[in-house]
Amino acid sequence: MIELMDKTQLKRSLKRIAHEIVERNKGAKNLVIIGIKNRGEYLAERLRSIINEAEKTEIPLGSIDITLYRDDFKEMTASPYVGGTAIIFDIEGKDVILVDDVLYTGRTARAALDEIIDFGRPNSIQLAVIVDRGNHEYPICADYVAKYISLKDSEYVEVRVVEVDGEDKIVKVTKE
Amino acid sequence: MQPRKHLLGLEGYSRDEILEILDHARTFRAVLERDIKKVPPLRGVTIANLFFEPSTRTRMSFELAEKRMSADVVNFSASTSSLKKGESLRDTVENILSMKIDMIVIRHSATGAPHYIARRCDSIVINAGDGSHEHPTQALLDLFTIREKFGEVEGLKVSLIGDILHSRVIRSNVLGLKALGAQVTLCAPATLLPVGVENWGVKISHDVEESVTGANVVNIMRLQLERQGSGYIPSLREYSRIWGIDTERVDLMSENRLIMHPGPMNRGVEITQDVADSEDSVILEQVTNGVAVRMAVLFLLSPLRREVEGD
Repeated sequence: MIELMDKTQLKRSLKRIAHEIVERNKGAKNLVIIGIKNRGEYLAERLRSIINEAEKTEIPLGSIDITLYRDDFKEMTASPYVGGTAIIFDIEGKDVILVDDVLYTGRTARAALDEIIDFGRPNSIQLAVIVDRGNHEYPICADYVAKYISLKDSEYVEVRVVEVDGEDKIVKVTKE
Repeated sequence: MQPRKHLLGLEGYSRDEILEILDHARTFRAVLERDIKKVPPLRGVTIANLFFEPSTRTRMSFELAEKRMSADVVNFSASTSSLKKGESLRDTVENILSMKIDMIVIRHSATGAPHYIARRCDSIVINAGDGSHEHPTQALLDLFTIREKFGEVEGLKVSLIGDILHSRVIRSNVLGLKALGAQVTLCAPATLLPVGVENWGVKISHDVEESVTGANVVNIMRLQLERQGSGYIPSLREYSRIWGIDTERVDLMSENRLIMHPGPMNRGVEITQDVADSEDSVILEQVTNGVAVRMAVLFLLSPLRREVEGD
């Protein structure tokens, strides 16, 4: 297991991304943030805190569980646990910042896009991820990325967050 | 544990299995609040609703649940089918299955009809009520309703009142409530209790006031009007006076209470107008919850998830 980013570096990256978001959208007035469960939810919360403080505002925060929109039911052997989706605000005309920990094949992001547009017609959806590990299987890229990495098939990356994993760290793991 | 292929009844279901369904029902309940009340998991799946007995609630509820999950739905109704020309159950079902149906939801007056079909074909079978045997999705939505109100079913005092003898809803409810640790009381006139009910592991009572005192939940079964001519009860009026649930009897219940009824109600017979429309009554919520619970059942049994296991 190799550490790619420690707690401090992750914090700096989140800060940078938060400010990039505000810069690109010329402020926070029309923003909403939605995190993809599991870890995306917590990362979204952190981004939101930073933006709220920087712009002296309160942007709406939501979370989605994409299980119902997955395209890979046939590959799921264990019973999928479907958590809840909580988007309690109107997304019509809003700029949605979609947050996830890792962008890999792009299928999760695709599922998230389909689910979000079932809630209304946003002005835009922008994807923010901590790690983009390439090998996209769908034509989807992230708008904001903390770190680009390249991995072998036998490796995977974990973005650990203290709320779920007890620590903030990004590690690269080799499968046995 | 090997996931189940069908839902034929709640017999043998563990606490965890039931809770899994109820947990998922919560998610689907939230989907029913959205503007677009549709999610894609059953896209491309074909479901046939075979209702050999009349039904309003269950039938519409299943159809809605199926459509909300994006499935393709075909409906079969006994009254307008070739059953009238004498076609047998077996032939009816085999013909339908030749049209490549993935899932069957069946209600039939013969106990065991869903089991019979499950043995004879590849489709996934869901029991929507077979004879007097079981009606698992009704019990599941009852359990969901109770759990949503109280947080937990364990330890609650639940009284089921009415025609126990002929009720598949009660049988499934007893199985589910016991699996989740509720304290169950059955109350009915002696003529409407089945032989062997003392072996069900529940309290039996003929006294409705004793049964409702301190109860958290009273689930009232319809008295079928046909019973009055068959010697089970002296008259509807007498049944209503002795076992009917009215406001005075509801006041004997616990402070935290729910009045439930699977429907259709005979207002004035087993339940008074006031009780049916009271604040403690969750009868209409049961109906809404029914769609969510059925969505959960369909999701968990989906044929799209079968292929890797090699069932």
